[in-house]
Formats: sequence, C-alpha cells, structure tokens
Amino acid sequence: MSSHSSESHGHAGTTKLFAWVWVWLVAITGVEVYLAYMHLPPVTMLLLLIGMSVVKAGLIMSYFMHLRFEKSSLVWALIPATLFCIGMLTMIFPDGVRLRDSRHATQGTVQTK
Amino acid sequence: MTDSHADVLRESSWTGGAHPFGIGSKKLGMWLFIVSDTLTFAALLLVYSYSRLANPNWPRPFPIVPAIIFSTIMTVVLLGSSLTMVMGVAAAHRGNRSATVKWMLATMLGGAIFCGLHATEWMHLIHEGLTPFANPWGGSPLFGATFFGITGLHMTHVAIGVIYLGIVATGFGRGKFSAEDVEVSGLYWHFVDLVWMFVFPMIYLMSVKY
Repeated sequence: MSSHSSESHGHAGTTKLFAWVWVWLVAITGVEVYLAYMHLPPVTMLLLLIGMSVVKAGLIMSYFMHLRFEKSSLVWALIPATLFCIGMLTMIFPDGVRLRDSRHATQGTVQTK
Repeated sequence: MTDSHADVLRESSWTGGAHPFGIGSKKLGMWLFIVSDTLTFAALLLVYSYSRLANPNWPRPFPIVPAIIFSTIMTVVLLGSSLTMVMGVAAAHRGNRSATVKWMLATMLGGAIFCGLHATEWMHLIHEGLTPFANPWGGSPLFGATFFGITGLHMTHVAIGVIYLGIVATGFGRGKFSAEDVEVSGLYWHFVDLVWMFVFPMIYLMSVKY
C-alpha cells in the first residue's frame, strides 16, 4: 500500500511541462551568454550569473529531479543542511581579500578580476 | 490485539516499516550521494573562487568566438540530454520498455557528444600550452589546476553517467530493472547537468577575453 503511494509520486508532471522547463533553462542560459558580451564589472557579473544559476538549479531539482512532487519531508531533510554547509565553506573568503590586497600593495599588479 | 500492535510497530518509521520520505531506499540512497557530491563540487568551486580572488593576475583566456560559443553548445547538448532523460523516466513509469531504452540511448548520445566536445576543447588548450602547473598567457598558474580539476571531475561524472545509463537501459530493456532504477539513474544524470549550470558561468562566462 505504502509502496504504491510512493510510486505515484514519481508520475507527476507532463511532457509539455518538462518541455517548458527545458525552454526556460535554455532561455536563461542564453541571457547568461548575452551578459558575456557586455563588459560588466566582475562583481555585478558574478552576482547576476550566480542568481540565474540558482534559478536554473531550482528548476532542475523541482521538475527534472521531481522534488516538487515528493513529500516535503524529503526536501526539508536534503536541502537546508546542504545550503548551510555550502554557506559555511565561504568562511575562507576574507583571507582571499587579504591576499589580494597585500599582492596589490607589494607588486602593483594589474587587476584583471 | 497483539497482532495489530505488531503491525503498528512494523509500520512505524523507527522500525523501517513506513516510508517517512515517501520514496524507496534506492532513491533515498541516490539523493544522499547527490548531497555529498554537491558538497564536493561546491568546495571545488569555492576554492576556485578563493584562488581567483586572491590572485589579481588571474587570466581571462576565453574569447567569445570560438571558446564561449563552443562551451554554450556543450551546455545546450547537456541540457538536451536532461530532457531526453525525463522522457525516458516518464516512459519507464508508463511501462513502455522500448521507448525508455530509446530515450536513454539518446541521453547517452548527448553525454558522449558533451565528452567529445569537452575533450576537443581540452586538447586545444593543452596544445596552447595550458597545464595544471602553468599557463601560456601569464598570470596565476592556478588557472590550469582549477580548470582541469573541476572540469575534469565533471567530465568524469558524465563519462560514468553514460556507462551507468547503459547498464540501467540494458537491464530495463531485458526486464531485470524496474522503473524506479531508471528514475534513480535519471536523478544522477540531472545532478551532473545541474553541476554544469554552475561550472559554465563561473569558469567560462567569468573568464571572457575582451
């Protein structure tokens, strides 16, 4: 009985829906590539790209990986802790800023980033 | 009375009798692997970002034509293979074996094309003089190390995915594997696609040569 109900979770979503998700993914990729033509400041470019990539990742996980059609307990078990761990990995960045600034000061290198 | 009590025990989450997440153990296992692999790729991409931040002389070696156009085609091929995989999983749940195998073969073809294009790009860069320890354009040698490390690990995932899908498609075609097995292999494939959605902008689009 319970295995039957778990089966039914995997069926959700129609071909048309998946095709539309794919069209959106390709369209967002197109916008990302278009941004590469524009000489945007690196930080602006990075924030825009990461923002769009997170949207794409959300679409892939929600529809292609069926998370939208699973029990919410699965989503809560998997996603928040993963995002928290990824966030914690950014703790090394202040040191990157320190190194960049010290290298600028001592070598006078041209900033390419 | 005793029997129904035992049934309740068997059905409880603590004894493994119920499905707290509403999915089978194979699917849960793949999701747990995906979480661990997500952290692996996240760590690599953050190390890359750290190195880039710490090295003001980071090279920007990819001109729009041909490098960015080339890697965009690779991205669309990989996205396309995700769509064919979705179709394969849907066909498997409908019980249509031959359609499932065909969609999975199309997915494998997409993965193989992606690997072929990627290898072509690698050979081009190696020919230019890029190694994990030095780059021909000057600036930080960490570019080669992070580029080959991250894209190499991703390409390995795609190659393993092609083999994995081949095994599952063969087994499903012969009636050995279930629709759930196809769906679990699909989860892996979509994850590999998802990782590329971060590798492509962070390594290619952030390194455009103007």
